Amino acid sequence: MQTSFINIESIRNDFPILKRKVHKDKPLVYLDNAATTQKPIQVIEAISNYYLTYNSNIHRAVHELAEEATLAYETTRDKIAKFINAKNREEVVFVRGTTEAINLVAYAWGRQNINKDDIIVTTEYEHHSNIVPWQLLSKEKGAKLEYIGVDDNGELILDHLDKYLQTGKVKLVAFSQMSNVLGTITDSEEIVKRCKKYGARVLIDGAQSVPHLKVDLQKLDCDFFAFSAHKMLGPTGVGVLWARKELLQDMVPFNGGGDMIREVHKYETTWNDLPYKFEAGTPNIADVIGFAAALDYLDKIGMDKVREHEMELTKYALDKLSQMKGIVLYGPKDVSKRGGVISFNLGDIHPHDLATIIDEDGIAIRSGHHCAQVLMERLDVSATSRASFYIYNTKEEVDVFVKSLNRAKELFKL
Amino acid sequence: MSSADIYREIILDYYRNPRNYGKITDPDISQRDSNPLCGDELEMHINIKDDKVADVKFTGKGCAISQASASMLTELIMGKDFEYVKKLAKEDILDNLGLQNLGPARIKCALLSFKVLKTGIYSYLVDKLKDTASADKMKEEVSGIY
Repeated sequence: MQTSFINIESIRNDFPILKRKVHKDKPLVYLDNAATTQKPIQVIEAISNYYLTYNSNIHRAVHELAEEATLAYETTRDKIAKFINAKNREEVVFVRGTTEAINLVAYAWGRQNINKDDIIVTTEYEHHSNIVPWQLLSKEKGAKLEYIGVDDNGELILDHLDKYLQTGKVKLVAFSQMSNVLGTITDSEEIVKRCKKYGARVLIDGAQSVPHLKVDLQKLDCDFFAFSAHKMLGPTGVGVLWARKELLQDMVPFNGGGDMIREVHKYETTWNDLPYKFEAGTPNIADVIGFAAALDYLDKIGMDKVREHEMELTKYALDKLSQMKGIVLYGPKDVSKRGGVISFNLGDIHPHDLATIIDEDGIAIRSGHHCAQVLMERLDVSATSRASFYIYNTKEEVDVFVKSLNRAKELFKL
Repeated sequence: MSSADIYREIILDYYRNPRNYGKITDPDISQRDSNPLCGDELEMHINIKDDKVADVKFTGKGCAISQASASMLTELIMGKDFEYVKKLAKEDILDNLGLQNLGPARIKCALLSFKVLKTGIYSYLVDKLKDTASADKMKEEVSGIY
């Protein structure tokens, strides 16, 4: 009983970890993909192959190993540009992850462009990584931070955005393309369109969207875009900041050091070309190379197929869950408006207790505030439980999950 | 520990019907803490009279383990000698709960209220009793709870 869009058996065979058992004899049901995904053997082998056969530093050495490593590293950049349909490869900057990408923008662009009484707009459903850097920046500059609210369906109230834009003071609007808690897919093109009219820059957090949807940066037409490798089959410690060339050119470096310079003299330094100006020090070469294997893997399946599979799985799960007595489901009901992320509360069982109970049945879900305490406040809960799907999850796993939730209900005498 | 052993009737009862829930106006000890991992919050108020716990109340939100253990702790110390409360060890708390074998992730839930209690006593020793020797000992104990 698999979804009709992808060959799940062959995909599952590529993920060694899915064969392991937890709590002695329970097959692993991994539903914590919004936190990080599992890695296929192709990614693991790409990384070990680098260390086994051509480990070396990149860019400056002239020996054969360095040439191979540089080529593999830079090929990943090309693949990323193609994957998100960016116009120029030099607009793709490697960072440690989405969090670092956003902090880079706050530091290297924000400090030059945000002034006293300017407004930065974010949303109530942001991850802390798209809130805290703007709090730091606005406090430093005496700027104001404003929030686009979330309605009861889990969607953004864009009237709020208009209200802020009309002040003429908005310099930046930062939002996620998909909520990591509600799964809501943001109407990003509409937001960008409105911001353009008022000359506000737009940063999009794509940490949850790039792994699950086809993303086309030229169509999106935003100014900054950030995402992480580890949420899309790749290794931890690699992320991408994409930004418009003209913005990157005017920005100051984030870190100073090797590789980001053209010439260093005692008191003056000139910067290297893009994107190297923002890649100081020896980068995470092995994991960048591993990321390329993840992109190849997703390309082979096709992002349209990934999306269709997740939609079918999410619909299947929502249908089953919504029949449970005492469950509260958060986020849009229409699966075309949401990704494969389901947040919920079951009776008065605290999410932490729920996660402990179903973990015994081999099921890994997330419980807590999901680094989105502003949203928790909006939902008026201290925490939620969250199940999130990816390409290797099956309807059978959803059944195991639902069965386990019923066991939790029995334990709590609900 | 299996869930069936953790979520026994008594734990669920204290979770749903917490004893000594509430606040004391102008308490001798007022201490708050949270567990950033899961967002559990706990605040404890205590009045000390004639070297005894004259009253104790708590408020908070969080999982069944954290809230039940807080409530059961208040019952454990109500009316007891301050010296006895000072000497309580975490093993006493876990024994009282019947949760001796919790894993590393959940033991923090069970001991959050104990940490709040001991931190509150520390402040009381410093601010009210000016007993720095005992306070230093208590500080060390608090940092070793988890």
